[in-house]
Amino acid sequence: MAKTIVSPAPHVHSEFSTVRLMRDVLIALAPAVLVSLYFYGWNALLLLVCCVATCMLVQFLIEKYMMKCPVTVMDCSCIVTGVLLALNLPPAAPWWVAVIGSVVAIGIAKMTFGGLGQNVFNPALVGRVFLLISFPVAMTTWTAPQSWFGGVDAFSGATPLALINEGVRNGQTVQEILAANPGLTPAQMLFARAGGSAGEASVIALLIGFVYLLCRKVIKPHIPVAIWVTVAVMTGIFSLCNPAEYTGPLFNLFTGGLMLGSIFMATDYVTSPMTDKGMIIFGVGIGVLTVLIRYFGSYPEGVSFAILIMNLTVPLLNKYCKPVRYGYGRRK
Amino acid sequence: MITFKIGGVHPHDNKIAKEAAIAPLAPPAKVAISMAQHLGAPATPVVAKGDKVLVGQVIGEPSGFISGFVHSSVSGTVAAVEPRADIAGNLVPHVVIDVEGDEWDPAIDRSEAIVKEIKGTREEILDKIKACGIVGMGGATFPTHVKLNPPAGKTAEFLIINGAECEPYVTADDRLMREKPEGIVIGAAIMAKVLGGCKCFICIEENKPEAIAAMQKACSGYPGIEVLKLKKKYPQGGEKQLIDAVTHRQVPSGALPIDTGCVVQNVATSYAVYEAVQKNKPLFERAMTVTGQCVPEPRNFLVRLGTPLSFVLEAAGGVPEDAAKFISGGPMMGKAVANMDATTQKGSSCLLLLTEEQTRRKPESNCIRCGKCTDACPMGLEPWLLNKLSRAGGQYEALEENKIFDCIECGCCLYTCPANIPLLDMIRINKAEVMKIIRSRAKK
Amino acid sequence: MNSTLLATIVILTVIGIVVAVVLYFVAQKFKVEEDERIDLVEACLPGANCGGCGSAGCRDFAQRVVAAPEIGSLFCPVGGNDVMQKVAKVLGREAVAQKKMVAVVRCNGTCENRPRTNDYDGLASCKVKAALYSGDTGCRYGCLGCGDCVAACKFGAIKMNPETGLPEVDVTKCTGCGACAAACPRGIIELRTTGPKDRMVVVLCNSKDKGAVARKACKAACIGCAKCQKVCPFEAIKVENNLAYIDFNVCKLCTKCVSECPTGAIHKFNFPEKPAAPAAAPAAPVEKAAPAAVKPEVKAKEVTE
Repeated sequence: MAKTIVSPAPHVHSEFSTVRLMRDVLIALAPAVLVSLYFYGWNALLLLVCCVATCMLVQFLIEKYMMKCPVTVMDCSCIVTGVLLALNLPPAAPWWVAVIGSVVAIGIAKMTFGGLGQNVFNPALVGRVFLLISFPVAMTTWTAPQSWFGGVDAFSGATPLALINEGVRNGQTVQEILAANPGLTPAQMLFARAGGSAGEASVIALLIGFVYLLCRKVIKPHIPVAIWVTVAVMTGIFSLCNPAEYTGPLFNLFTGGLMLGSIFMATDYVTSPMTDKGMIIFGVGIGVLTVLIRYFGSYPEGVSFAILIMNLTVPLLNKYCKPVRYGYGRRK
Repeated sequence: MITFKIGGVHPHDNKIAKEAAIAPLAPPAKVAISMAQHLGAPATPVVAKGDKVLVGQVIGEPSGFISGFVHSSVSGTVAAVEPRADIAGNLVPHVVIDVEGDEWDPAIDRSEAIVKEIKGTREEILDKIKACGIVGMGGATFPTHVKLNPPAGKTAEFLIINGAECEPYVTADDRLMREKPEGIVIGAAIMAKVLGGCKCFICIEENKPEAIAAMQKACSGYPGIEVLKLKKKYPQGGEKQLIDAVTHRQVPSGALPIDTGCVVQNVATSYAVYEAVQKNKPLFERAMTVTGQCVPEPRNFLVRLGTPLSFVLEAAGGVPEDAAKFISGGPMMGKAVANMDATTQKGSSCLLLLTEEQTRRKPESNCIRCGKCTDACPMGLEPWLLNKLSRAGGQYEALEENKIFDCIECGCCLYTCPANIPLLDMIRINKAEVMKIIRSRAKK
Repeated sequence: MNSTLLATIVILTVIGIVVAVVLYFVAQKFKVEEDERIDLVEACLPGANCGGCGSAGCRDFAQRVVAAPEIGSLFCPVGGNDVMQKVAKVLGREAVAQKKMVAVVRCNGTCENRPRTNDYDGLASCKVKAALYSGDTGCRYGCLGCGDCVAACKFGAIKMNPETGLPEVDVTKCTGCGACAAACPRGIIELRTTGPKDRMVVVLCNSKDKGAVARKACKAACIGCAKCQKVCPFEAIKVENNLAYIDFNVCKLCTKCVSECPTGAIHKFNFPEKPAAPAAAPAAPVEKAAPAAVKPEVKAKEVTE
């Protein structure tokens, strides 16, 4: 018999581990990835491979040669970042865009802060926003969903939000635009037919991932639900006031990166608050900012910016939103 | 079904010894009885080398208000009164007795008959409980007579008998409830009487249906005593959590349970009170589980206090090849045993053996700020923050602001952490430091 | 275009001037009156903020020195007498010279001398380990080896020796601030003066166990046999609680006790060691003493029990 082990209590540990949590996120992303591959074919696959491989490589190189610390590539967190970035790219984007985005995401947004758990902003979103500003053409050339691995047709269609934004600016009403684009019904978008980023193809696929994450207790529903409710309520009020200029709740919930962002990006552990109260404030903030950017901003899409801006408030939310303490309230 | 509100975790309960009846374990050839078996000041030995003692004879007397009597668990000759290493290897005064025969103090009623009628005044009963050395047997070992005697101006509304046994593996209380339900109920009735006839709840977690049935049956003649079924959740058996679950009251920070009108006692304590008051039997033996997947025969024993742990383990089939850690108590709050020659005490509910694979801590990685520790903390604290502040060093004010002193050291945070950060190790040390600062300030 | 530019410049300049004026008055109003000598004294100090002087940091020390009527016992152990001379000059007072102190780790329970009896699996912190139990060796007084002292040292003067599992003090870097001594939960580290050329004779043991118990746990333990006490010509050694202690203020560094100790618990530091290699010097007496130690141990038992 080896020497007896002695340690402070507790002596058993839960099955949670960082690797398991990250693996669960990857499993939850699988439906969305498969749908994007189905609709966008080889180029989506190429982007996915480029993003994941670059993210892993950059992290490996930085940890091994710059930080000279144990290499933690296998904890899967950089793979999650890679997959999320790939799902945030236009499916027709060139491969080098994916590579640059990944370098920025891991190299700048994550590792400069000290690696896993230290970053202020969601790395994948930093990568995406960096690309959006640096390569606006490549990042806004959208493809309409195609069928199984067909040729990629890189000039057809803009995202629904871009269509509306463009149309309203040209003096059309929302109803006229929707009538001119028969593919833009909520039901259609729910089952995947809207143009946009690779991961936004199907709302259903994202919701399946959401349910999986909830069942595995990886995330709590607070942030996504707070975002959805806020967006629904705000857009509801706006569209009731002026249906000609503002789109309705269902349209806003199912378009753009809202589902992808609220389920997978806003719930990123590192860059979201730790307490229930903080999560709800965080979610409401993202919802409000998203609607404001979509309605009044120059970009048609606002989720990325909204999440990044709210990321900044997380330290503050963690400081001021304390959990419900035992023995301080409810006293008889 | 009821449970407490904040936090908690769900470790696998692993009650593998639950079908093994409590078997009396014959005393070993030599026992070493610790004088520090209770919270507070150690008892003062009142025997000397060469003295003859009987089973149940007083060998240690209280040396302060929070202290207790210690009785001999065997008959024989005192071999030594000396400091010996306890389970942590620290020296504690022990009385070592060479066992000769098994002669009991004649005042002890050894019959099987159940004595239902509760005689004596409140003071008489309290004196009896004190004289028999009864302490909280759930693990905290707080002297029972002190708890049953609330300070002036405070009255108990509820007596909560704690049969939650939320610690995984441990089955001693479960077996006791199944085998001696009448005694437990009479013990509860005695304590309720001492506390001025308050309402009594016997709380049992749902994973012990047989115990619930047995206790319900035993309670039938007692209108003031009710059995409550609780959801399975750790740390349900924590005093504060149990009070929250049963009464929806919370013990204010820094206050005692009696401030919410509650007194919590373990089922084993309740049975010990019954034996003390009705049978005149001091606390010198207790039910103890010897368990673990690697143990050949997981058992429940009735052990004499002062029996070496190695002797108890031998009775359960010896030391398994793959046992890597010996734990006195449950896996969540029990203490790792560094010295197997240490002996059983009033608070030893379990001897748990875990293999290296089950218990070895995994390498620590970065905090991913998942907030799982915050969700798990039953006191609503933020273990990650307390850990961060503790590691920064000297941040005692910030730690106090974040209520580190409320930590009950239940281990939920360390249990749940996906990055295997030794949260509680750090918090425990700094909590002690902050408590010291608070106390020194109070003195000024 | 030009008028826009001009307007911008004018507006910004005006704002700048207004804010500057406001700031000036605010600064005047909330100005904290402070003795300027505090800054001068602080400039003399090492600035390590180690707390070795008993103050919260160098500035706190400077404030205390300036406020005190005499320098007296106020002393910066890091800067030593030189710095205190400078401080005294600034204040126009007399500095009280104090001897240089260094830290000594009074335990020689190396992995070899003191075998591990169990496997500690908690946080690598002596404080945590000490609060948990008596340690992973048979000795409940010795070094726990988690390196709290190493972490406490702000001058890089203590390093863990992975071979022995014990911390080693670099006397040339040690400033005697005492942070390591405060960090050690076992109280093994002692602050003491040194003789010429940093020479010291120290009992490298802290065990108050009886001889046989201590010896069983650690080959290099002091067994309290009091041989050193008898051999010391200056009465510098006292044996209390089964442990010998050399009073460094009395010790004349004659090193008679070193060769007398049956377990090799007494060590001399920084003495010229011609025949043996300097690195092997501390270990050599232990090995030599070990076989011979069997008999004295029996005697020691009789003495102590």
